[in-house]
Amino acid sequence: MAPVELTDRELWTLIHGMVFGAVFLLGFAGGLEGLYSLRPRLLSAEGVRDRVRRLKVGVVAMAVAAWGTVLTGTWIVYPWYREDIPESPRSLLLANPDLEEWHHFGMEWKEHVAWLSPILATVVAFIVIYYGTSLIRHDRVRKTTMLLFVLAFLFAAVAGLFGALITKAAPLV
Amino acid sequence: MASNMETGATADEQLDHVDKPEGPVTAAILASGVGALSLGILTTLAEASTSIKDFLTLYDPVGALSGKTIGAVLVWIVAWAVLHMMYRDKPMESRKALTAALVLIGLGVLGTFPIFFQAFAPAE
Repeated sequence: MAPVELTDRELWTLIHGMVFGAVFLLGFAGGLEGLYSLRPRLLSAEGVRDRVRRLKVGVVAMAVAAWGTVLTGTWIVYPWYREDIPESPRSLLLANPDLEEWHHFGMEWKEHVAWLSPILATVVAFIVIYYGTSLIRHDRVRKTTMLLFVLAFLFAAVAGLFGALITKAAPLV
Repeated sequence: MASNMETGATADEQLDHVDKPEGPVTAAILASGVGALSLGILTTLAEASTSIKDFLTLYDPVGALSGKTIGAVLVWIVAWAVLHMMYRDKPMESRKALTAALVLIGLGVLGTFPIFFQAFAPAE
């Protein structure tokens, strides 16, 4: 079997979408469950400490992953996408009337809305670290944190979905 | 180790809590809304005005997205710092801040929504 060879661009696209992006999206379910179950009736004191310790690591890792996704996406991958050459994905999409909406709507929304995700993920990480185990006493704040966490996920999911579909329509090679 | 079931104490009672004010949480939530709104405003302004788009083009290969995102992140950080200084010792509830932040985030999303901001593009 021939070894898999990746160009620099494919490698960075992979790091952007399948490392940082996937870590964030896949970590969401665990983080949400951690926040949801952080209730005194469901856990012992030791359980709360253990849960919060893991939650802190998880939400910080997700915030880092969210920042990694948008920073690599905007500053490394996006310049290749929009290069002013006929072979760039942007040029290929705009040259085809059947595909141009993938740029005008899909990419235009993705490149902006994705930035809301790390901002919200950072706020979630801040709240979890700030309160620590005391978050169990602040049910309203815990629910607020969950809501912000879900929003961070939704914005990342929109960006991720469009990213995957645009890459399918016009791959970056 | 005794569980809370065995001792009759709840997990809440067994944990050593440090009573922290909710002000810093309120500040962080509000600042996220301010950051989101600023991204929406910058995105729409860049579409509406060529001179603003040029001004926001801090790095040519990334185009105006460079200035929009750096600008929004700076506004978010500054807003967070200012709000944190204002609210850090205050026990204020974050309920109203959440409502305000959700409205600001909604407006921010609207500003980044292509069908909305492209309506402000100068006629060709």
